[in-house]
Amino acid sequence: MPTIYVEGQPYEVSPGLNLLHACLSLGFNIPYFCWHPAMHSVGACRQCAVKLFKDENDTKGKIVMSCMTLARDGTRISIADPQAVWFRKVAIEWLMLNHPHDCPVCDEGGECHLQDMTEMCGHVYRRTRFKKRTYRNQYLGPFLTHEMNRCIQCYRCVRFYRGYAGGRDFHTLAWHNSVYFGRHQDGVLQSKFSGNLVEVCPTGVFDDKTLARHYVRKWDLQTAPSICVHCALGCNTIPGARYGTLRRIRNRYNGDVNSYWLCDRGRYGYEFVNSPQRIRRPLLRNGDGRPTLAAKETALTQIGGVLRESRHVIGIGSARASLESNFALRCLVGPENFYLGTCRAEVQLLSAAIDVLRNGPVPSASLHEAAWADAVFVLGEDVPNVAPVLELALRQSTLRKPSDTIQDLHIEPWNDAALREAIQTEKGPLFLATTYSTDLDASATQAYHAAPQDIARLGFAVANLLDANAPSVPGLLAPIAALARQIAGQLAEARRPLVVAGVHCGMGAVLQAAANVAYALQRKNENTRICLAAPWCNSLGLGMMGGKCVDSAIDALRARGSTTLVVLESDLYRHLDVAEANNLLNTANHVVVLDSLRHKTTDKADFVLPAGTFAESTGTFVNNEGRAQRFFAVLPPAGEVQESWRWIGELLAASGQRSSAPWQTFDEIVEDLVRAMPAFAPVARAAPSADFRMAGQRIPRQSHRYSGRTAIHAAVNVHEPQPPADPDSPLAFSMEGYLNQPPSSLIPRFWAPQWNSVQAVNKFQEEVAGVLRGGNPGKRLIEPQADGQVEYFTEIPEAFERREGYLLVVPGYHVFGSEELSILSSGVAELAPMPYIAVNPEDAGKLIVRENGLVDVALSTTSHYLPVRIAPAVPPGLAVVPMGLPGIQWNGQPVWKKLLRT
Amino acid sequence: MEKPLTQNIRPDREPLDIREYEQAGGYQALRQALQMSPLKIQEMVTDAYIRGRGGAGFPTGKKWSAVPMGDKARRPKFFAINADEMEPGTFKDRLLMEGDPNLVVESAIIASYAIEADVAYIFLRWAYKLAAQRLTKAIAQAYEKGYLGWNILGSSYSLEMYLHTSAGRYMCGEENGLLNAMEGKRPIPRTRPPHAVMVGIWGKPTAVNNVETIACVPYIVSHGSAAFKALSHTEEGGTKLYGVSGRVKRPGIWELPLGTTLGEIFHDYAGGMRDGYQFRGLLPGGASTSFLVEKHFDARMDFGSMDKTGSRLGTGTIIVLDDKTCPVGMVLNLEQFFARESCGWCTPCREGLPWLRDMLDAIERGAGILEDLEILQEHTWLLQLGHTFCALAPGAVMPLDGALKYFREDFENHIRQHRCPYRH
Amino acid sequence: MSGASMLTDEEKREIDEELAKYRTKRAAGPEALKIVQKYRGWISDESLRDVARYLELSDEELDSVATCYNFIFRRPVGRHLILLCDSVTCWVVGYEDLRARIEQRLGIQMGQTTPDGRFTLLPAACLGACDRAPVMMIDEQLYVELSPAKVDEILDTYR
Ligand SMILES: Cc1cc2nc3c(=O)[nH]c(=O)nc-3n(C[C@H](O)[C@H](O)[C@H](O)COP(=O)(O)O)c2cc1C
Ligand code: SF4
Ligand code: FES
Repeated sequence: MPTIYVEGQPYEVSPGLNLLHACLSLGFNIPYFCWHPAMHSVGACRQCAVKLFKDENDTKGKIVMSCMTLARDGTRISIADPQAVWFRKVAIEWLMLNHPHDCPVCDEGGECHLQDMTEMCGHVYRRTRFKKRTYRNQYLGPFLTHEMNRCIQCYRCVRFYRGYAGGRDFHTLAWHNSVYFGRHQDGVLQSKFSGNLVEVCPTGVFDDKTLARHYVRKWDLQTAPSICVHCALGCNTIPGARYGTLRRIRNRYNGDVNSYWLCDRGRYGYEFVNSPQRIRRPLLRNGDGRPTLAAKETALTQIGGVLRESRHVIGIGSARASLESNFALRCLVGPENFYLGTCRAEVQLLSAAIDVLRNGPVPSASLHEAAWADAVFVLGEDVPNVAPVLELALRQSTLRKPSDTIQDLHIEPWNDAALREAIQTEKGPLFLATTYSTDLDASATQAYHAAPQDIARLGFAVANLLDANAPSVPGLLAPIAALARQIAGQLAEARRPLVVAGVHCGMGAVLQAAANVAYALQRKNENTRICLAAPWCNSLGLGMMGGKCVDSAIDALRARGSTTLVVLESDLYRHLDVAEANNLLNTANHVVVLDSLRHKTTDKADFVLPAGTFAESTGTFVNNEGRAQRFFAVLPPAGEVQESWRWIGELLAASGQRSSAPWQTFDEIVEDLVRAMPAFAPVARAAPSADFRMAGQRIPRQSHRYSGRTAIHAAVNVHEPQPPADPDSPLAFSMEGYLNQPPSSLIPRFWAPQWNSVQAVNKFQEEVAGVLRGGNPGKRLIEPQADGQVEYFTEIPEAFERREGYLLVVPGYHVFGSEELSILSSGVAELAPMPYIAVNPEDAGKLIVRENGLVDVALSTTSHYLPVRIAPAVPPGLAVVPMGLPGIQWNGQPVWKKLLRT
Repeated sequence: MEKPLTQNIRPDREPLDIREYEQAGGYQALRQALQMSPLKIQEMVTDAYIRGRGGAGFPTGKKWSAVPMGDKARRPKFFAINADEMEPGTFKDRLLMEGDPNLVVESAIIASYAIEADVAYIFLRWAYKLAAQRLTKAIAQAYEKGYLGWNILGSSYSLEMYLHTSAGRYMCGEENGLLNAMEGKRPIPRTRPPHAVMVGIWGKPTAVNNVETIACVPYIVSHGSAAFKALSHTEEGGTKLYGVSGRVKRPGIWELPLGTTLGEIFHDYAGGMRDGYQFRGLLPGGASTSFLVEKHFDARMDFGSMDKTGSRLGTGTIIVLDDKTCPVGMVLNLEQFFARESCGWCTPCREGLPWLRDMLDAIERGAGILEDLEILQEHTWLLQLGHTFCALAPGAVMPLDGALKYFREDFENHIRQHRCPYRH
Repeated sequence: MSGASMLTDEEKREIDEELAKYRTKRAAGPEALKIVQKYRGWISDESLRDVARYLELSDEELDSVATCYNFIFRRPVGRHLILLCDSVTCWVVGYEDLRARIEQRLGIQMGQTTPDGRFTLLPAACLGACDRAPVMMIDEQLYVELSPAKVDEILDTYR
């Protein structure tokens, strides 16, 4: 460990850091702009100046940029040196020559890194008297505002957008002090990571357009730690609320998961919480079929009566509901009557995935590990659209090998521009095998587009090359065999190989092939990791809980007669064929649905109970890595809304199964869950329990600067209302409480004295950009079997053969559109495509159909009239139909269909 | 006196064609060089102690010997000849390229051979149309004659050479800006280290040298390091193209022994001031050097001696300030140039230079205040080398610093009189 | 980045020649723009996209360099380009008088184009002919040792 001297005092620092990184980690405040903990140094802003001394006799020293100077053993610096202090102060003065003094009307105000640094440097007086430069702003789409006059030219935006996230439709334009950051012309930013600019930009150039519509200052937002509900990666978030509505989502740093980033679906999908489609009161459907609002007690009594009288009660769980709510339902109906709210195929795939993680020898990869992989093989998954932040991680992974190969140039890993100049466009091994082209194709070593069968065969072949004990693939075509050799070679050479697969291409064999590859690699290299993408935020939690698929519920209903169906947070029409769903809902004598939003299933229910969304609930999700992560209510539930598990607890009492609701608090249900299913034991430790206190105090959800608390109700009552109680967590709906840093899983916002912007996260990490103090949040539920006997999967599918007159319809995905909840956000809806069917030009030719020509395809029992997209990357014989888009009723199971021209 | 750089250049600058050039001994040095090992040439260049003529004065031998050599070196290797000459007041490389393009090409080949470069680019200023024509022809003829291409003159050495013309930016001349410009990127500077000799064009080892620098190499190869060193008046080797512009009797450019005194160049070659004008000061080597005054006439025009005066040799082309020209206006003109050409990458340069320009403009117009002088003076420290990302801004404050030192009363007069005393 | 490139065959041929010099398409960007500018006078958004497509760059990647260089024109210019050197030596020996004369004669300010589209007047940094200052360039031709009277004569020769 090198020792550096700051103001003459010795400090130990980690090897290989630059001085800025090292000093921030030691707790010193050095101002900076262009440096970013994940994007490192380029030395552009010159804000981080310190004095560097040759040795202890050097009293003169020289100004250096701390971000560009290695903290070697014996380095002597001064941060407080008067010249350094002065230089940093003038650096702010330079930036302020042109920066508008518009903080009061700027959305960044109060969480602005530039404000913080200006304060820190003590710049208070503007000596210039000349005109400021001004710019024209651009329209950048539904998510971001653009206010270029505020730009301080730190180059972070362009470095993130292009260098880190791989976007190409954004750049630095013009020259000297009129450099401009934007697009060639106004238009929607194409990157699904564009929202990160809000946090990357140290000032108010890029701000959250959705927040702007119902703007609140950071200090006036009520915030709580949460988990993104829009895919299975489980990115950690900080939602912010005010006056009962959710106002925005911000990143919550978790070094193992999403680090500094979110995708735009995660950031902007939140509007469903405020949607007019929200169910806020219980609904009862009377004999005439008309829904009426009911009081909570009435609803409970009536449903309780129904449950008591039903001979059978079937519960359908939900992969987008918390573990606790699912567990509650399972308690209500009994394990034998608990069905998973997903279709048979998805259940099978998911349990196969869980089986691979649980019983196989290969640990699942965290997103952090994925970003550090140096060779990646993706089988079947459209990563950018089904697991967006994983795309970001894989993009970083492609830099690992090229960086390794230029080690002799001795470029420090944080010397970002130099590193990129040295490796140029070279990319490490990234092999993609997917059914259609994806956003990662351009960064891939090879992108192979084929039918799921052929993807599986490629995978099996790779596994066989890596370990002869794995089954071989008969009849492999020469080019595929060559590709398999190339992939196997690169994976075998890698130090940290990663295999990515999942459930989205709808074929178990692909998953098994991926498992074989990972197993075979693991025998050579224990750093092998596997990453399996899943569709829902709690797919893994539900899968681990176990249960039958929703399809089989219908048989059960039929067999048993008088039955009540309790549906948890799920629109069955998204998982079942229309006819099947109708059948299920019509066959049941009574249908009870708990959900937060109106949809087709709630429309058919006899009873609807208003469930809390993630924003109003406390619960646990298990992400695709197998990490149990706690989310906390950011809003006290309004009206009759409450967590599903609370409703169900009350139903247990109302139906007479228990004398009273079994769970008064969240901790009680977690305790029950863990007792009933020991596999979930770590869930109890995912975050401190409700009685946890710091210095005897709760953690406040409101900042100590929260304003207008009494004024809100002043017209009615000048007394300050009692803040809502929170029996479920150590957090308080209040500004009173512990002001210092709580344990990592309870961090409601990043703030530290002098650090009002998101950069305050530096102060919460053990070492900057490393783990949060006390460890990153979340507890892994699945670790591989230590002595696991590797059993290879041996069922190799036949090669794909085209069928005359038929196409194999496979599912496609869109980051904006395919997911159920986010599509209710206006921006997401705007960017979602219209439904379509994509076919190869050759097949389009056979069908004699042109681009946008309509075809009829009988997916499930409903006919779909879809416009054709002609896509050369779709293999001949296949057709891609995007999942989840309005009007598409299909469970995503690959199926042979005839396409009819209309 | 021997003039290795300009011996072939005729007064009308009409260049020798290739046959004439060969008859005058052209391409002999290349033949000799190919008989030597590249390392030997590097050694000779080191011994000749030639310091870079692009303005920074970095010893060329030292640069070349840092290039990775042999089989282990990452390939291809590049040589970039810096012919961007955009430093205000500088017109020396133009002379070489227009007057003796074959010498430039031959020099570039030898220099490339010395580092085993695979490809050489001549990076030419957009405005030098005539030079472009002549270099294009010289390169084509060198290919025809077997001086370029595969197995040059039957040796095992091969070299491709291309002319690249810029689209116009001062930063293209800055070594690292040039590398980016070559890659079709914005000509912004790069972080150093790693130096260009390790990570240059397309991330590969690249040597960058000024036209005049490499033009010295054929002489070194054919006459030896000692002979080259002996051409100068000081320990730094060789001759130098010195120019003088401004209101002197005979503006012009001359090849003289390195270390010729300022006074000699000014009086003996430029003929002193034009009638009716008095000498006030000069910039010894282009826009980014500091002012010198009469008392410096004895100073030698080499890198070491000029550093001691507080100025720099720079490009060695002198710009003269006369008594009828406003020094504030002149500095304003210079800062206007630098502010316009700042690439916008680092804060002090991007924001500081326009601020300086605005203050100078105000002063010049009679709207200056005394505090401006303080801020101007502060910036001569704030924008020094090491504080900014590259050397543009430090160069920019050199003449400002000199002007504040030698012509301070002019600034104060402007402020006090609320007008420019030189304008009537 | 989709759609066909509308470059002429001649433009393509010249750009291809440039491409042969470099190891990446991107490197030919500025030169390709200059080639297209030679034929079209300036680089319109359409021209920029034509070149971007041909070089497989995004519009932004090419515009980023197109907007940073002095001599790639993203706005229309006149038939003849007057580049008046405004750097230090020329300034010392008479730039301001020349500029006043040209502006007066053509009825335009620095940076503008005459209404008849004949001339655009732009400042140029040092043209490297300081010993023959003041100087200007019209199109490819350098004019040295100028005086206001001489400028009149020269301008008359351009139609
Ligand atoms: C802003 C700036 C502009 C420069 N312009 C030129 C130039 O036009 N020609 C040149 O040869 N060197 C120029 N240089 C110097 C180069 O960076 C570099 O030092 C030189 O090309 C190296 O060659 P040499 O060692 O042969 O002098 C410039 C430097 C700076 C900081
Ligand atoms: S827009 Fe923001 S991030 Fe980009 S350079 Fe300007 S201040 Fe930096
Ligand atoms: S943070 Fe060091 S130069 Fe910007």
